[in-house]
Amino acid sequence: MAEEWKPQILGIICNWCSYAGADLAGSARTQYPPDIRIVRVMCTGRVDPLFILKAFTDGADGVLVSGCHFGDCHYLEGNYKGAKRMFMVKSLLKNIGLEDKRLRMTFVSASEGAKWAKVVEDVVKTVTDLGPNPLKELAR
Amino acid sequence: MAEKKTKKETAPKKKEATKATAKAAPAAQKAPAKEQKKARVGVFICHCGTNIAGSVDIEDVQEYSKSLPDVAFADNYQYMCSTPGQKKIADAIKEHNLTGIVVAACSPRLHEPTFRTATKEGGLNPFRFEMANIREQGSWVHMHDREGATDKAKDAIRIAVAKASMLEDLFPKTVPVEKAAMVVGAGVAGMQAALDLANAGIKTYLIEKNPTIGGRMSQLDKTFPTLDCSQCILTPKMVDVGRAENIELMTCAEVEDVEGYIGNFDVTIRRKARGVLTPDEAEAKGIVGGGCNGCGDCEGVCPVIKPNPFEMGMKPRKAIYIYHPQVVPLIYTIDWDSCIKCGLCVDICGDKKAIDLEMQDELVKVKVGTAILATGYDMFPIEKKDEWGYKKYENVVNSLEFERLICASGPTGGHLVRPSDGETPKKVAFLLCAGSRDNTGVGKPYCSRFCCMYSLKHAHQIIEKIPGCQPYLFYMDIRSFGKMYEEFYYRIQDEGAKFMRGRVANVLEDPVTKNLIINAEDTLLNRPINLEVDMVVLAAAVQPAEETERTRKLFGVSRSMDGWLLEAHPKLNPCGTTTAGVFLAGVCQGPKDIPDTVASAEGAASAASIPIHRGEVELEPYFAQCIEEKCAGCGMCVNLCPYQALALVEKDGRKVMEVTEAKCKGCGTCGGFCPGGAIWMQHFATPQIIAQIDAFLVGGAK
Ligand code: FES
Repeated sequence: MAEEWKPQILGIICNWCSYAGADLAGSARTQYPPDIRIVRVMCTGRVDPLFILKAFTDGADGVLVSGCHFGDCHYLEGNYKGAKRMFMVKSLLKNIGLEDKRLRMTFVSASEGAKWAKVVEDVVKTVTDLGPNPLKELAR
Repeated sequence: MAEKKTKKETAPKKKEATKATAKAAPAAQKAPAKEQKKARVGVFICHCGTNIAGSVDIEDVQEYSKSLPDVAFADNYQYMCSTPGQKKIADAIKEHNLTGIVVAACSPRLHEPTFRTATKEGGLNPFRFEMANIREQGSWVHMHDREGATDKAKDAIRIAVAKASMLEDLFPKTVPVEKAAMVVGAGVAGMQAALDLANAGIKTYLIEKNPTIGGRMSQLDKTFPTLDCSQCILTPKMVDVGRAENIELMTCAEVEDVEGYIGNFDVTIRRKARGVLTPDEAEAKGIVGGGCNGCGDCEGVCPVIKPNPFEMGMKPRKAIYIYHPQVVPLIYTIDWDSCIKCGLCVDICGDKKAIDLEMQDELVKVKVGTAILATGYDMFPIEKKDEWGYKKYENVVNSLEFERLICASGPTGGHLVRPSDGETPKKVAFLLCAGSRDNTGVGKPYCSRFCCMYSLKHAHQIIEKIPGCQPYLFYMDIRSFGKMYEEFYYRIQDEGAKFMRGRVANVLEDPVTKNLIINAEDTLLNRPINLEVDMVVLAAAVQPAEETERTRKLFGVSRSMDGWLLEAHPKLNPCGTTTAGVFLAGVCQGPKDIPDTVASAEGAASAASIPIHRGEVELEPYFAQCIEEKCAGCGMCVNLCPYQALALVEKDGRKVMEVTEAKCKGCGTCGGFCPGGAIWMQHFATPQIIAQIDAFLVGGAK
């Protein structure tokens, strides 16, 4: 594991902004690290805290939730509600002794392909620096 | 409904089962479902030529897919979206008795509809299809990492299979479409769109914030490259709009609120108090033969003088005014900020009783099926580039001011004069790309697209109108891309305009003569230029009109990075937006000259008329459903819903949530919060998403 450890990162992203932004990064052939797997939801408002906790207990090293900018949510304010929940989950993670930096929420619009690549790069770096999720041992 | 409930009951159990079996058999996603037959998923991997196959090992991915639980069949093809590719799906469904389909190819945002159709053709419910994006979010972003891209593709397929094995039959809801449309903004784009819709027999509400229609085009003098007079070609259209039976024109009006969805938008419009009654309004109030007839007597007696924004502030108007004589509708308007309510206008208006100094704003509600945004542009405040001296030196003007100065109906009757002393200029410099193609962070990075051409036209106009006057054009490139544009460029060269390639470093003023000294570099001759001229015209960049941001948010339309409104697809759907039923026309989508603006308006009108003529639209069935057994009736979801689609109702002596499907847009904000897990988000159900997460982390190859 030591020499070739690659983080397992889950990205839950909204269809209208971040998923479109990620697609744009693709059309523009903007290269970024491959260590992220995407689950598409219609809006970050859909993100149940359960999803995040489930991911971490299953051994995810990091989770990225990404949606539209505030004021730009396709469903008006789903991202505000989603963001609020992410704060809640972050404090929960802290309480159980997991670095809350493993969970990140970002806002990437449909026209921000380059930003998407940057965000993934950033998240991969942060999580790589933190090392494997300590819960992974328990999950195995 | 009864069937549905049983399915829902089993669904959450699946999740628990997954959890329990996860350690022993990592990818055993499927708990023994009772009546639902065992999932049989078909996986189809697209090469997309070399787009995917160039960075992903297709064979390897296919072998891997076959090893996944629930996968009954796996295949690959050069182009899955082609007819033979789609046929493969339909055939395999029948041959292998498949219950779910996964296509690993491009983005679902591109081809989900295509493959849903193919799934349907194979006899399966189209919502039993799931896409694995291995191009935009795979091969294209890991082009030089074959191993990484291949691994990612395998994972993406595993995640998609997990979802596909749990998908259920869904049926889109069909809703009727209101036989009316709305166009916001009545410049040439909005007018054209409204006329097209109206001529197609659709009742159209045309909303304009200014007191008159016509927009920017009505401020222009001549149009390139044909040199026909802008007003002459525009006013007939304005009159048509004013007369069209199917167009309900609302000037001095703004969109205040938008609710609903395609087919059924409820729009609230604020009709600003104009202070003057139209003949119709007067009649409604019982004033016989009254209302404004545009005689202008009121303007004559009004004592307040203000600059006229239509003339770029270079001509006065009164506190009760019209922009120019050809306005449509020809109704005066009171500027409340400057009106002193002296009442002189009321007196002179007399029996017509057109003026009401106490008039209040009015809110009007209308229902439309589709809407077109045509909010246009403003000039970039070029004074921000202070090296060119706009608003600092009197004889530096922007191009729209130049249009008014050279226009026969403008403040000087079409005699171009220097603002400082009223003298006719002998040397005029035009600075192109002023604030456009600017990467300093002050201006705009994009090309404003029509400034080259109108500057050529300006040069022509001064050569024609002022004998001996010399135009100098400072340019970066001349972009003469349209029909007969390049020819026009040669013509202006032949007429004697001087072209200097180079961006102007700065403009200085001689404080005595008010002449301007231009410092630049001629990059073709490689030498500095130091030129004294009488007047400078800045071909300033354009930017989205001020109210664009507010309006787009009301309609749920995204913006591009530079603030222009975002089209659904830059090539294949330039008039559509990501909000179904809302379309874009003209410059609000990005800088366009008049022919392109009109073409885009006609495109938007045609697109906006389709749902109306069809009479009904299908809504994606991503509705929330209440699992009544689990619902505790707490009502938290009711407040979370931005669309008032949820309500608590009494059932069997207790409170449970109920969904109004037509109002639900499927965001899932309620489902993300329900503490009891009692909300089933169709197609994005909690067990389905959990299965995806599980498949990624627990069932992985690693
Ligand atoms: S739709 Fe993107 S966050 Fe709501």
